Amino acid sequence: MTIDGNRVADLLREAFSGGGTSAIGTCGHCGASEPMGSAHVFQGAGIVLRCPHCDQALVTIVRADGRMWVGFPGAVTMQVAVGTT
Amino acid sequence: MSIISRGFGGRRPDAPADRVPPGQYVTRDYPVLSAGPTPHTPLDQWDLSIVGELDEPRRWTWEEFQALPNEEITRDIHCVTKWSKLDTIWRGVSVDTLLDGVETSAEYVVQYSDGGYTTNLPLEDLTDGKAWVVYEYDGSPLPSAHGGPARMLVPHLYFWKSAKWVRGLRLQLIDEPGFWEVNGYHNYGDPWREQRYWGD
Repeated sequence: MTIDGNRVADLLREAFSGGGTSAIGTCGHCGASEPMGSAHVFQGAGIVLRCPHCDQALVTIVRADGRMWVGFPGAVTMQVAVGTT
Repeated sequence: MSIISRGFGGRRPDAPADRVPPGQYVTRDYPVLSAGPTPHTPLDQWDLSIVGELDEPRRWTWEEFQALPNEEITRDIHCVTKWSKLDTIWRGVSVDTLLDGVETSAEYVVQYSDGGYTTNLPLEDLTDGKAWVVYEYDGSPLPSAHGGPARMLVPHLYFWKSAKWVRGLRLQLIDEPGFWEVNGYHNYGDPWREQRYWGD
């Protein structure tokens, strides 16, 4: 089964546009699911969002030179709000 | 959601140009940047290890580590967030001392720390007087906010390559990008070539 690349691009665009602080992340270390707005935020070389329960690094954000790197070192699932289909 | 960090300040515009890499400014402050909460490992539970590609792993307790030959080191440091601090004074143990007599075929090292932070670099960037594990800053025990009780000092690379709260060095046959290196930052991090991000 093949999936149209444009459809995948639309899904990714939709997923990232819905991922604000109301997005719910599941911690891969302790399993807690919490809104990303409750994450502990640290400013290192980039920004690190950590689980409010166990301090596992969930998401990293680095923005520079017209690029953004979003890493998921410890968030196994993100629930984001999208339109109904 | 609040950012847990201190502010910046104290810019000094009159720094000698040959000591300030491109894109950097000099500060008299010592900004605190941290990818996570400050660990507070009691010294009686602290140790430092060399593991990986060597016949026998090496390990020092805090007391054993303190008894190793140490030296005062004065170097400029450069953070990828664009501040540089000149003539910082440290005391610590050369990585050459830690690796003395070690035979290894490893070409790469991963520094690992309390809290899970890692950063990678070639082994040759830690030897021949280029890197230390330091435990004093400016004549006092290294504050935990700055990586105490002990941190890496690899001053010829951007400072994210000097792991705070270091607990060991893992000697490796293959390069393994660390915490920031997999998330946008340059794999090597030479400040004089402004190697900040992927592709720089």
